[in-house]
Amino acid sequence: MKLTVWTYEGPPHVGAMRVATGMKGLHYVLHAPQGDTYADLLFTMIERRNHRPPVTYTTFQARDLGADTAHLFKDACLDAYERFKPEAIIVGASCTAELIQDDPGGLAETMGLPVPVIPLELPSYSRKENYGCDETFFQIVRHLARPMEKTAQITCNILGPTGLGFRHRDDVEELTGLLSDLGVGVNVVAPMGATPTDITRLGQAHFNVLLYPETAEAAARWLKRELGMPYTTTVPIGVGATWDFIGEVRAITGLTGAVDDSRLRLPWWSKSVDSTYLTGKRVFLFGDATHVKAAARIARDEMGFEVVGLGCYNREFARDIRALGKEFGLTALVTEDYLEVEKAIEDAAPEMILGTQMERHIGKRLGIPCAVISAPVHVQDFPARYSPQVGFEGANVIFDTWIHPLVMGLEEHLLMMFREDFEFHDAAGPSHHGGHAPRALGEAEPQPVAEVAPEAEVAEAPAQTGSDVMVWLADAEKELKKIPFFVRGKARRNTEAYAAERGLNEISKDTLYEAKAHYAR
Amino acid sequence: MNAPSNIPTRTCRDTPVLKERGQREVFCGLTGIIWLHRKMQDAFFLVVGSRTCAHLLQSAAGVMIFAEPRFGTAILEEGDLAGMQDAHEELDREVERLLSRRPDIRQLFLVGSCPSEVIKLDLARAAERLTVKHAPHVRVLNYSGSGIETTFTQGEDACLEAMVPVLPETGARELLLVGALPDVVEDQAVDLLTEMGVGPIRVLPAARASGTPAVGPETRYALFQPFLGDTAAALDRRGAQRIEAPFPFGEEGTTLWLKAIADEFGVDDETFERVTAAPRARARTAIANAAESLRGKSVFFFPDSQLEIPLARFLTRECGMEAVEIGAPFIHKGIVGADLDLLSEGPTISEGQDVDKQLDRCRAARPDITVCGLGLANPLEAEGLTTKWAIELVFTPVHFYDQAGDLAGLFSRPLRRRGLLKVEAGA
Ligand code: SF4
Ligand code: SF4
Repeated sequence: MKLTVWTYEGPPHVGAMRVATGMKGLHYVLHAPQGDTYADLLFTMIERRNHRPPVTYTTFQARDLGADTAHLFKDACLDAYERFKPEAIIVGASCTAELIQDDPGGLAETMGLPVPVIPLELPSYSRKENYGCDETFFQIVRHLARPMEKTAQITCNILGPTGLGFRHRDDVEELTGLLSDLGVGVNVVAPMGATPTDITRLGQAHFNVLLYPETAEAAARWLKRELGMPYTTTVPIGVGATWDFIGEVRAITGLTGAVDDSRLRLPWWSKSVDSTYLTGKRVFLFGDATHVKAAARIARDEMGFEVVGLGCYNREFARDIRALGKEFGLTALVTEDYLEVEKAIEDAAPEMILGTQMERHIGKRLGIPCAVISAPVHVQDFPARYSPQVGFEGANVIFDTWIHPLVMGLEEHLLMMFREDFEFHDAAGPSHHGGHAPRALGEAEPQPVAEVAPEAEVAEAPAQTGSDVMVWLADAEKELKKIPFFVRGKARRNTEAYAAERGLNEISKDTLYEAKAHYAR
Repeated sequence: MNAPSNIPTRTCRDTPVLKERGQREVFCGLTGIIWLHRKMQDAFFLVVGSRTCAHLLQSAAGVMIFAEPRFGTAILEEGDLAGMQDAHEELDREVERLLSRRPDIRQLFLVGSCPSEVIKLDLARAAERLTVKHAPHVRVLNYSGSGIETTFTQGEDACLEAMVPVLPETGARELLLVGALPDVVEDQAVDLLTEMGVGPIRVLPAARASGTPAVGPETRYALFQPFLGDTAAALDRRGAQRIEAPFPFGEEGTTLWLKAIADEFGVDDETFERVTAAPRARARTAIANAAESLRGKSVFFFPDSQLEIPLARFLTRECGMEAVEIGAPFIHKGIVGADLDLLSEGPTISEGQDVDKQLDRCRAARPDITVCGLGLANPLEAEGLTTKWAIELVFTPVHFYDQAGDLAGLFSRPLRRRGLLKVEAGA
């Protein structure tokens, strides 16, 4: 038993729903109680889908338990087939149905439906959402894909995009363009947009692009083993990774055509003088392994940031992320515990968080700007505009997105120069962020209007921590206040580290400036 | 003077109910925790369930403003499913940990879920054991919010029902108001009744354990919400008597609800009139403004919160709308009878759900506004229907006079918006 407050991933059947909802012509019959239908809103509200997910829930109740839930399942299956006439059906159980052991797969097989019925075994009490995606897609591929004659032109499949994915829609578009530049056609994109019939012709492609290992690695491996299809291993997020990916595709295909990188702006934007202020910004990375891996490289090599902490929530990739941590001289955090992540961020006191929508909340609470780089995402992470993460345009989007929460270069100087000016007081925040000024640690959250009895919670906002062992003398404290808020956290931390190294337990104004000199870069 | 005018001759009380038993598209009772934990400020809700339950709470809550809200899920893992003894030990350990970290907690609710019910994890026994262990500082109660037993707002009913047997006994003649409403509306009700001289007034649930009301044969109680049938039955068993009335939505509903209480407590007509005249007039004006765009429009309710019948009464009688279908997850005629009596015959009254069939009926009727859950709203909008998410009716202050205009506004805004937008090609 584990007490959980907020979770990064839903149960595995939600992963199966992401696959089913991404696809067309597939239906999912899910043996589950009525409350589990909440999952529909993830797709219709957060992703703004204009269709209900293709899922029929049996919604069995307590009174059905003694009687015949198996019958209920069969009826639901039949009704779903009659009503939706899918090309294939996937069947499975949610956590509760797993306990009553009706065996949906076995039941559906005996029904003699005229379309392929693919049973899913998704252990709800040990696995999670990403596993659910990966396993479901793998089962669909395993049941339907067959060896086929290759297309005349060199083509690939793009594997991994699903419903409710972070920027999957635009990534597919950007990647398709990039591949076309390289002379590679796209045979099938799956799961997103593919029908079961499309899955049968995966084998026509010459190779696979494994876009998101989280959701399609098992399928890519199977296709390699059974149909001899190689797959790419670099996820083309960031400038360097995109060039590596291009190299990989060239190596697989033997194509040598030039690519048009005239739209790639990140390198110059990053070199131009206004970006000097980005140098050494301390960032903390957390999300799914794929996006964190990509973001770490971008942060260090393409933005000139300093990565002060990183981690992921999907244990399946723990080894990769630990290795990545080592490369950055850090101990990677692999956890599903939101409070642990919050603690780690608080301790690292970064100037910016690159995380998920969960870290956005941490950022709000701690007064640290945050940009979202990974699922889980919220409604505002499904923008109307085109905003991919992969390829050249993806790199441009990432540059803009990451610097947006920060104070701009020239603005930073002005704040420094006029830091005593009342108009430039701390709470002013970046000028392009209307009411979204970062708040100082320990300050209360603004209350949502419709909340019931808000006052009581204010006390729960985390108290300021970090300086409990060190005493700041009044003059030092006063001097610290003069430092603009967006570097004050760093100054405080550096000074304390400096003092600790020297065994000081009092910090004076001099200590502050000695530390400043010590850390000057 | 305060009796309802134009009582229909044939009402929805006589209409045969269409009973449906198919796929339901509703939340389970766990959802109630989202508003209950804000109301009871020293209570913690510990769901004993699965990752699905945790994910439901998170998705329904939508906002995660607090690092550690006063609810959480003890997620059952493979090990817990193997042997019962373990699960109880594990639970004790988690509770121990939780209570030591949160000394502010005075009431702990162990909330059952589908998985805990199916494996027959006896949370009543656990609550008894833990109460003994943590007395007198913390009282531990249990109820089920599972989807196999409860639908959406029934979770609140189950929670309050669990509190009733342990309420202290009293012989005093008191008014007990029942239901977890936002403080702003609860205060309005209490103020109006106090001004009339009704008292003492207690509320269940109280904001803090120390304010827990007592109950006894002299207790007269009124429900704030129509979904509190089991709580009402539990109060009846304690000898308390319910004051029957339509629910306090809109000017008419609020007046009838207050009047029933006023009569029970011997308030004279003149006093009643003096206290209610001004807010009634305000409510009428506010409703009239919003109702302009509602008049003559049709409404279709998917089953959700059990508020559907009282709301249909409000929309048809005070906003001039026409109800096509009023779907409710359950219809407790003993509780919503007074509202049914005011609803003119005509709409289909349905109980339970078969969502695909109901969608077919809705598409055929093409109502001007459809009240439905979050899973259905955008798909129906995409088909050209205008919708109102039902969950907002539970999360927003909508009771009593000064919210009557807001309540009408919740329905008129989507219609007005549809009229405003010009986003089609060539528009
Ligand atoms: S329906 Fe049951 S399993 Fe699903 S979230 Fe509700 S209590 Fe949990
Ligand atoms: S605060 Fe922002 S991220 Fe959090 S739930 Fe609300 S909209 Fe989503």
